[in-house]
Amino acid sequence: MQFFFEVLIGGLLAGVMYSLVALGFVLIFKASGVFNFAQGAMVFFAALVFVTLQEKLAAPFWLAFALTLVVMVLVGILTERVVLRPLVNQPQISLFMATIGLAFFVEGAAQLVQLWAFRDISPRPLALGFQDAPIDWLLARFNMLVSRFDAFAALVAGALVAALALFFNKTRVGRALRAVADDHQAALSVGIPLKYIWAIVWSVAGFVALVAGLMWGARSGVQFALTLVALKALPVLILGGFESIAGAIVGGLIIGAAEKLAEVYLGPYVGGGIEGWFAYVLALLFLLVRPEGLFGEKHIDRV
Amino acid sequence: MFYREAGQFRTSYAADQQLFAIRQDRLAVLALLAVAFVGVPLAANDYWFTAILIPFLVFSLAALGLNILTGYAGQLSLGSAAFMAVGAVAAYNLELRVPGLPLLASFILAGVCAALVGAAFGLPSLRIKGFYLAVATLAAQFFIPWLLVKVGWFSNYSSSGVITAQPMEILGYVFDTPAEKYLLVLTVVALLALAAKNMVRSAVGRAWMAVRDMDVAAEVIGIRIVRTKLTAFAVSSFYCGVAGALYAYAYVGTVQPEDLNLDLSFRILFMVIIGGVGSILGSFLGAAFITLLPIFLEVLLTFLEHRFNLNLAPGTTSMVQLLAFGALIVFFLIVEPLGLARLWQIAKEKLRLWPFPH
Repeated sequence: MQFFFEVLIGGLLAGVMYSLVALGFVLIFKASGVFNFAQGAMVFFAALVFVTLQEKLAAPFWLAFALTLVVMVLVGILTERVVLRPLVNQPQISLFMATIGLAFFVEGAAQLVQLWAFRDISPRPLALGFQDAPIDWLLARFNMLVSRFDAFAALVAGALVAALALFFNKTRVGRALRAVADDHQAALSVGIPLKYIWAIVWSVAGFVALVAGLMWGARSGVQFALTLVALKALPVLILGGFESIAGAIVGGLIIGAAEKLAEVYLGPYVGGGIEGWFAYVLALLFLLVRPEGLFGEKHIDRV
Repeated sequence: MFYREAGQFRTSYAADQQLFAIRQDRLAVLALLAVAFVGVPLAANDYWFTAILIPFLVFSLAALGLNILTGYAGQLSLGSAAFMAVGAVAAYNLELRVPGLPLLASFILAGVCAALVGAAFGLPSLRIKGFYLAVATLAAQFFIPWLLVKVGWFSNYSSSGVITAQPMEILGYVFDTPAEKYLLVLTVVALLALAAKNMVRSAVGRAWMAVRDMDVAAEVIGIRIVRTKLTAFAVSSFYCGVAGALYAYAYVGTVQPEDLNLDLSFRILFMVIIGGVGSILGSFLGAAFITLLPIFLEVLLTFLEHRFNLNLAPGTTSMVQLLAFGALIVFFLIVEPLGLARLWQIAKEKLRLWPFPH
């Protein structure tokens, strides 16, 4: 039983990491109806820019963070300008494919930055000051192994969600964002500047990508595999629903826990390695039952 | 002037319904086939066959498969490479375990296996669409290669699921030189492309397009959504499966299911987007473009490196490739959503009048 809880908690905390990435997807989807496949690439890009600044300019944490944030905001605004604005009113599927293209572009750009700065593309370590070591008092009191780093990541994710919730509910810009998400036309007609709002959304998504990139980079090194993490965020979104921040969190927790439990308890029977696809199959089965996700809005098609 | 159909009268139903109703089209197709079957084998060397022509044809077939699903039936799939893997492994097992089975029969049966698997993974499309479906097909992309590696039977218990294609033998004749392999692949691809061209203008194809344009409306006018979507998945996966078998037998020879990964699926999707969504010709143009682009970039970068004495880090080419692919996709989606095939159409329109003003 103890082992079960250990796996469960480990899984839940890993799930929080997925949620961090999924949040970026939800933000953009809510505000512009674009499913931004490039979010994973942006996570990788942000982490890489941060590491490059830190290592090459020996910048302190806050300076590197601020500079990377500026870069990410620029990337976000450029994306909105160059890629999405010309595609307004195109079918969703075209927008989706455009973001796949964008993902390739950003991945290529990120790795060129890395090649230019370090002359190789091996994983770069990123230190945030939290070791991936067990929390002592939990180990002493309940004899449970809970990673210190994972707990920290959960705290960061919690703080991020709280900040986003405040931003969306209490600020003027946040309310405008929600209005745009609800109905573009109506938002325009009450005088909300749509282009400006979209630029803000992409910047906020860039910020979320930066936070996710730092956490993932600190955990597994800054490397190309970070973009694969974004693929893991997709089943999270399917489970939680594309429009819901709460859904991204709950979906992440479910996927994280289910994945770890399946690997530990189911894995031995089928030869292991099921972590790679279990989340997708879970999401697939879930789709058959509830296509709009746990917290998503039900869509009604009309001719 | 060169593409005028004025004066070509169709006086029978057969003439009206033929696949290439305009004389210039017929001549162009015949000329193209003549060049491909006779001209190219005379002119090309082994490097061209193995590095450019055979992969081009194999990927054209895969792109054609995806184009049927995405371009004609409107269902996005990110699992094409997985269905190719199914085809490759199925062909290998059929050749291995069924003695005396003709090679082409095993290719076709491999396609049928892929079609069944594709239809199974197409089931979610009955309830979901758009990128939800894309995520569902991702499940296929991650699950199938894993299964093919984990279950030793599929690869005859070789290590890490590697399959090695048997020599290609038809009626006692072994196809082993690059030129022979090319001709075999070309025959299969040409036949399947003609079949596809025919299929998309039949009742099945028109049902696909109706579902693509608006599935609710299609349902209202009496098209069976379930059957239409599942046939689209099955036919598309059939093409991908045969492409996978050709990939294994004529192109690489030794396949690890993990080689047919998500990256390849994306590449096939790019071929469809750049070549032209909903166009048979486009699949070929897209495949040619995506096959040639890396070679072109390689040459260009090497040239630039020598010309300007740059000291590029190893691996730069593949990064520039990613960059170029991404930029091109966005460019095409914005500027010419119907891809290279549309450019060809515009050229035909121009040729109809040129050099006269009217």
